[in-house]
Amino acid sequence: MVLVLALGDLHIPHRASDLPPKFKSMLVPGKIQHIICTGNLSIKEVHDYLKTVCPDLHIARGEYDEETRYPETKTLTIGQFKLGVCHGHQVIPWGDLDSLAMLQRQLDVDILVTGHTHQFTAYKHEAGVVINPGSATGSYSSITYDVNPSFVLMDIDGLRVVVYVYELIDGEVKVDKIDFKKTTGSNT
Amino acid sequence: MMAGVAEDEEKWLSAGITGLQQNAFYMHRALDSNNLKDALKYSAQMLSELRTSRLSPHKYYELYMRAFDELRKLEMFFKEETNRGCSIVELYELVQHAGNILPRLYLLCTVGSVYIRSKEAPAKDVLKDLIEMCRGIQHPVRGLFLRSYLSQVSRDKLPDIGSEYEGDADTAMDAVEFVLQNFTEMNKLWVRMQHQGPARDKEKREKERSELRDLVGKNLHVLGQIEGVDLDMYRETVLPRVLEQVVNCKDEIAQYYLMDCVIQVFPDEYHLQTLETLLGACPQLQPSVDIKTVLAGLMERLSNYAASSAEVLPTFFQVEAFAKLNIAIGKVIEAQDDMPIYGAVTLYASLLTFTLHVHPDRLDYVDQILGACVKKLSGKGKLDDSKATKQIVALLSAPLEKYKDIDTALKLSNYPHVMEYLDNGTNKEMSNVIIQSIMKNRTCISTAEKVEALFELIKGLIKDIDENLQDELDEEDFKEEQNSVARLIQMLYTDDTEEMMKIIHTVRKHILTGGPKRLPFTVPPFAFSALKLVRRLQSQNENVSGEEVAATPKDIFQILMQTIEALSSVPAPELALRLYLQCAEAANDCDLEPVAYEFFTQAYILYEEEISDSKAQVTSIHLIIGTLQRMHAFGVENRDTLTHKATGYSSKLLKKPDQCRAVYACSHLFWLDEHNDMKDGERVMLCLKRALRIANAAQQMANATRGSSGSVVLFIEILNKYLYFYEKGVSQITVDLIQSLIELVKQEMSGENTTPEPATDAFFASTLRYIQFQMDKGGVVADKYKPIKI
Repeated sequence: MVLVLALGDLHIPHRASDLPPKFKSMLVPGKIQHIICTGNLSIKEVHDYLKTVCPDLHIARGEYDEETRYPETKTLTIGQFKLGVCHGHQVIPWGDLDSLAMLQRQLDVDILVTGHTHQFTAYKHEAGVVINPGSATGSYSSITYDVNPSFVLMDIDGLRVVVYVYELIDGEVKVDKIDFKKTTGSNT
Repeated sequence: MMAGVAEDEEKWLSAGITGLQQNAFYMHRALDSNNLKDALKYSAQMLSELRTSRLSPHKYYELYMRAFDELRKLEMFFKEETNRGCSIVELYELVQHAGNILPRLYLLCTVGSVYIRSKEAPAKDVLKDLIEMCRGIQHPVRGLFLRSYLSQVSRDKLPDIGSEYEGDADTAMDAVEFVLQNFTEMNKLWVRMQHQGPARDKEKREKERSELRDLVGKNLHVLGQIEGVDLDMYRETVLPRVLEQVVNCKDEIAQYYLMDCVIQVFPDEYHLQTLETLLGACPQLQPSVDIKTVLAGLMERLSNYAASSAEVLPTFFQVEAFAKLNIAIGKVIEAQDDMPIYGAVTLYASLLTFTLHVHPDRLDYVDQILGACVKKLSGKGKLDDSKATKQIVALLSAPLEKYKDIDTALKLSNYPHVMEYLDNGTNKEMSNVIIQSIMKNRTCISTAEKVEALFELIKGLIKDIDENLQDELDEEDFKEEQNSVARLIQMLYTDDTEEMMKIIHTVRKHILTGGPKRLPFTVPPFAFSALKLVRRLQSQNENVSGEEVAATPKDIFQILMQTIEALSSVPAPELALRLYLQCAEAANDCDLEPVAYEFFTQAYILYEEEISDSKAQVTSIHLIIGTLQRMHAFGVENRDTLTHKATGYSSKLLKKPDQCRAVYACSHLFWLDEHNDMKDGERVMLCLKRALRIANAAQQMANATRGSSGSVVLFIEILNKYLYFYEKGVSQITVDLIQSLIELVKQEMSGENTTPEPATDAFFASTLRYIQFQMDKGGVVADKYKPIKI
């Protein structure tokens, strides 16, 4: 069982002052093995904070990130899964599943994590799964109205990944989960 | 010289101990053989060692302790003697025959102890006699130890109420008298030490005095423990007498120590009830006494007492504790003209802590204290005394911690005035404390008036206060500072849209004074705050119709336009471009076509004139295309102009792959899913063809320059786009086109000069897999895909 935290679009301090306290209290150091971040943190302080939650931190560059050296895309292998992350402002139309599917094929990953729309989504399509963890701070988006703070926790176990999405709705944390299974291991 | 003296002292002490032990030995022998006469003789000799003048108090104490131990045994012997029939009165008489007065008095006290226990005479009479006799020793060190001995042996034999030695008294007055007298005499002896000896040894003397102070203070402890000393006796007798001695002795060391002792020893309820008396003594003390520390100590005790339980609070109100303390402090500060600033501030800080515990709801008290502080500080200019500034920061932080809600602190009219006296660095530090407090408590500041007051307080962070003084603030620190201001702006919020509009105006006014250094940090949060308001107005306007609204989205867009423009002074073109595009999208959602167009125009101007870095251009172009793709508010003409420009920019990017990608991204500009009148297959095709041409050119360039065929990946990307639009039903994309592109890719990938690239291979493979998947789907989709051969 490997726990992977996926989050992004915090937009601190331009659009939000901090993570919601209820989220902060959940993100305890030492519980998570990897963090995948879709970008737009956007300052170093947030990077440092995420590092304390888990030192294995993978970030893709968002258009507001202070650090310009984050990569545009990143891929990594966790267990039997290949994961890719990209902020998503590069994929036009924004939020379009088919265009994201193309990126997924290009990166050749089972799970593609992207952001930019601040809207949580988890789609399964032919090439794999596209997950958007939304905005961890619920920050303003030109694309989505009424953004609730959200983040995703993936539990990778063998050929199966359970995606837990945590959303802060009216002050309460609501959890939902989705199951995905790979048909074969990633070796070809 | 000092070392020599120390050595000598050791020698004398050893000699003294030896003498003492020797005589003790013989004394014990006499005790064992019940020889009273010899016992007295040797005990007197033993006690003679205590007649020395050569020892410092510290060393004398060692000698004294040994004597004390021996005297305990002697006392037991005396007790047994009286059991054996010896008359205690005779014994009392007998010991007075000792030759020297000091041994005589020690023996007398020892017998006196047995005398009192025998109850043959009232305790009070014996004690009276003893204490009179002790006057015979006027040497400070010897006298203090002797009286200390008297105090020790009489401790459990005082005629306290409820004690077996009460006698026929119904109060503990006699006991109190006894202890008070001992205290008074001991204090006099103690003070006398100050004036003995040459002036050059003053420091040494004061050190020695310090070693002896607990002997004097002990008496107050005893008083505190006498059962019969209730509030009335304390108020009528004990305190006045003690204070009388304290004031009259006119000795700085004694006064400071004893005032503190009184405060620590007696219960807080007593202090509350005698506050006026206690405080009344303060101005009468020597000017050199550190009275502020004493008062601070008192206020701290009372603060803790108030905090301990809610039941005690009414007493505080009843005795008007605040008023009395306030007046006392005022008097002290007035009297001690040369008190350093930090001393005065410490006093006010203690009083403030007290007030926050006892009268948290009385903001007027708190403000009063701050006002008094301002008065004291006035005329001094900015402080450069770090001790003082530290105290002021503590003073100003206390209300923040107590009240959690910044609103309350903002109501204190004197608060900003106090801050004025801090030097720039500390002022900023304090501003940071204020911001941290707001962030920690997550309190929103909800009116423009409060925002104005807050920004006034933290103005050191908002702008350069002193034009000439350039802060040598390190870049990292400056960033951190401005980022916290940015976070603060998120907390300036209210649901009331009219008030929020006023807040927006206030924030804008202030951040525009920040100068080019600060604008990149403060403009974005301001902008998003404004955009959030636009959204709320949108939903409001949908519900409420026909009413006059004070603020409209149009007004806000106007403000935004002007504010983002200010970024040109930094300059920060990339940031400004992003913000313009955000505004354009928001204007689009409000159906304000001209406004949205204007924002796009500004963004384009920045792109053309200010953004020259290739990487920056690529990102900017993606943002432009992405935003434009979502616009539905534009009429045909405007739309055409903007898309034409966008495609133009795309094909002029520096690197061919970037060009290719931007151009095919532009294809999406001509096909909007939700709007049937914005589906132009022809122009989609044009874009894709152009992208293909660029990909070809890139391929050729790679061949020419590197001798190998470049990456085929661009072709595969375009292929994917073909499939995308094919599925959407763009008729210009035919199966033939798709087929020929597939063949082209296969060709390129199997060419002689091709270096195999696993990533590209995988991409192509997964694309083909996708086509197969669609074929297998069945239905309309499969029909579309069947003709394609992979």
